Amino acid sequence: MKFYVKAPRLQPIIVMHAGLGSVSTAACLAPPRGAMQDALTVHRLHFAFTVTFHYIFPQLTMGLALLILILKTVALRTGNEMCNRAARFWAKIFGISFTIGVVTGIPMEFQFGTNWSEFSRSAGGVIGQTLAMEGVFSFFLESTFLGAFLFGERRLGPRGHWVSALMVFLGSWLSGYFIVVTDAWMQHPVGYAMGADGSFQLRSFWDLLLNRWGLWQYAHTMTGAVQTGCFVMASVGAFYLLSKIHQDYGKLFVRTGVIVGLIAALVQLFPTGDGQGVMIAKDQQITLAAMEGLFHTQEAAPLVLIGQPDVANERLDNPLKVPQALSFLTYRVWSARVKGLDDFPRADWPDQIELLYYSYHIMVGLGTIFIAILLIAAWQLLKGTLFNYDITLWALMLAMPFPFIANTAGWITAEVGRQPWLIYGLMRTRAGFSPLVSAGNAWFTLLGFFGMYTILAILFLFLVYREIEHGPEPNAMEAPAAFAAD
Amino acid sequence: MAPSQTRWKRLRRSRRIEGRETIVATIWFCFVAAILAGYVVLDGFDLGVGILHLWIARDDAERRIVLRSIGPVWDGNEVWILAAGGTLYFAFPALYATAFSGFYLPLMMVLWLLILRGISVEFRSHVTGTIWPAFWDAGFSFASLLLAVFYGAALGNVVRGVPLDANGRFFEPLWTDFLPRGQTGILDWYTVLVGIAALAALTLHGSTWLAYKTDGGLHQRALRVASALWWAVASLTFVITFASFRVLPQLLQNFRFRPWGFLFPLLAIAGLSGIKWFVHCEGGRQGIRSFVSLPAWHAYECGLQPLSQRSARQHESALQPHNFKCEGGRLRP
Repeated sequence: MKFYVKAPRLQPIIVMHAGLGSVSTAACLAPPRGAMQDALTVHRLHFAFTVTFHYIFPQLTMGLALLILILKTVALRTGNEMCNRAARFWAKIFGISFTIGVVTGIPMEFQFGTNWSEFSRSAGGVIGQTLAMEGVFSFFLESTFLGAFLFGERRLGPRGHWVSALMVFLGSWLSGYFIVVTDAWMQHPVGYAMGADGSFQLRSFWDLLLNRWGLWQYAHTMTGAVQTGCFVMASVGAFYLLSKIHQDYGKLFVRTGVIVGLIAALVQLFPTGDGQGVMIAKDQQITLAAMEGLFHTQEAAPLVLIGQPDVANERLDNPLKVPQALSFLTYRVWSARVKGLDDFPRADWPDQIELLYYSYHIMVGLGTIFIAILLIAAWQLLKGTLFNYDITLWALMLAMPFPFIANTAGWITAEVGRQPWLIYGLMRTRAGFSPLVSAGNAWFTLLGFFGMYTILAILFLFLVYREIEHGPEPNAMEAPAAFAAD
Repeated sequence: MAPSQTRWKRLRRSRRIEGRETIVATIWFCFVAAILAGYVVLDGFDLGVGILHLWIARDDAERRIVLRSIGPVWDGNEVWILAAGGTLYFAFPALYATAFSGFYLPLMMVLWLLILRGISVEFRSHVTGTIWPAFWDAGFSFASLLLAVFYGAALGNVVRGVPLDANGRFFEPLWTDFLPRGQTGILDWYTVLVGIAALAALTLHGSTWLAYKTDGGLHQRALRVASALWWAVASLTFVITFASFRVLPQLLQNFRFRPWGFLFPLLAIAGLSGIKWFVHCEGGRQGIRSFVSLPAWHAYECGLQPLSQRSARQHESALQPHNFKCEGGRLRP
């Protein structure tokens, strides 16, 4: 943002000097350099785009891993063959999502070195630890047992197959833990020491692994992933019921998705969301002020539901507020004083306050809507009338994209909220990118990823839609050889 | 206690710590090298199978057999490169940062190829028909072939070295004037040569794997490819050995300082002759034996170079893995 502000002001000065002959003609003929030509912006876009796209898939696989395990457990305990078939059906969708998650995940590990070399140079001794563990243990666990789970059912037997489902679940959730703990260190660095050359060395492995931020963040992230899995499952179920095909499976999917989803949605709000909020209020006060759109320090601060932040004039347009609620949520006291942005030096403000404000409000708003939909659905399920209410089924079916959006918005809140720091309080984002990789080279590869990932997205939708259309019922025509080739 | 004595003690202790750090760094270095070697050997054969895939299999049934031969293992093999990257990251962050940002463009292209290759294998079987599998077969072969060349070129770059700036950083363009001196690019005649040699070697590797895993016409064809490729690999090995001495005259000196380094070329020769022997004597399970002996060649390919670099480092103290300085303006990790 700074660049947009500065460029027009500088321009007349250069022209004036050029008139006096003190600046070379080349300098004043050069077009103004905006944010998009700034290497830092391009590197940030590069990481933001690749990681946002990547996270569409892990949130689905982590959520489905739990649901598949639940289905397999029910099948093992009751001998219900339909649950087994349902698990097999979701495992296929899990497999497609897992493949794209893996191939888009490998670039993430590389980008720390390629695009953020100065950050890696400083912090590699700490976060390299958790990233390597993710790559080695979890990924290995996951890919080995996923093969066994997808193709080894006959050889493993019901109990062995259940164990492979458990291992896939553990592998994917462990993977998530190592990644979240890595991010938590950047949000709230602990257990490190500064080396003589200014790089960070790991002092305590357990401090890093059991970072308070990491635990809350992990709980909040995982309940989000479970909601994605549940909404996808319930949405497919509602689709079957409304289309009047595979109706038994439709009921099973809706029931499972709604029950597990409601638990996850409630835990998402309290205690995990609340716990994370209190943590931000304690350790990242500027971030809290920017998230809430609180420009001025206030006693009995209101909670803003909607409104558009006008950062230049430091005010909120068209606000809708709940009086005193922010003070209470933050400090558990209705009249508590909450620090606004004006209490902090401008250099420490997050540089994308608007984006931060909106992403946070979208996350919280969607989370609230999810709770409402799931409460209604669960109530109707309890009364035994859900499958007759088309409106609720339509709502469940159409809700499918929104947990993805809410999870993405949550991560944007966390990462944009960390700005202008790369490692909170220790290293500025501007100091972290690769100095010798020019904006032009970064744009080149970013455009390459745009193209590549567009194709991946189309492929994913195409293949998943085929599976949904085909349904969970095993087809006699479908030769097992078609899958044996995998 | 006299201050001079204290200082002396402190100095001795710091020397000891430094020595210990060097040993630790060396152990990590060997560990990373071993993982990388593991990657080349393991993912090497499925890369080779991928290169051959389009040409060696005559119809859809044979292509499925080819894919099934690597189906359960290729994913696990690829974990090794992740492990190598991760281990390099936390063991040598500075090296990781410098090398990854310096080799920015080729690494990104390797990533794109890995994506293409991964989805080609995984998604081929999802839809039956004519067009769908044919497309992914081509994608799989194309990505495997280019990856083999890129890996070879990467090795060539590491051997040749790159020019460093005053801060010890570098950025390699894709190519400059195709000469291995001055402002070098990723591709010059030497690295392209190593790339072609790697392509031939990995294809040979893949063909012995296929000969081991299949029978009938596919087995016969794989054997024929293997014995033809053997000559290509053997002659390319000699060519790049001499080319390496030309590009890097100090290599010869390293062998003089560290005679045990000769173990690696000897291993390579043993591996090459082993393949020849086993491919030729028909009967029994010749496939598996020739498959086993090829890694020795890879050991030459990826083992010789870093180790001789290391001995160079120890003598000239030019480059330490944990805090590398440069001498003569060239970086050799």
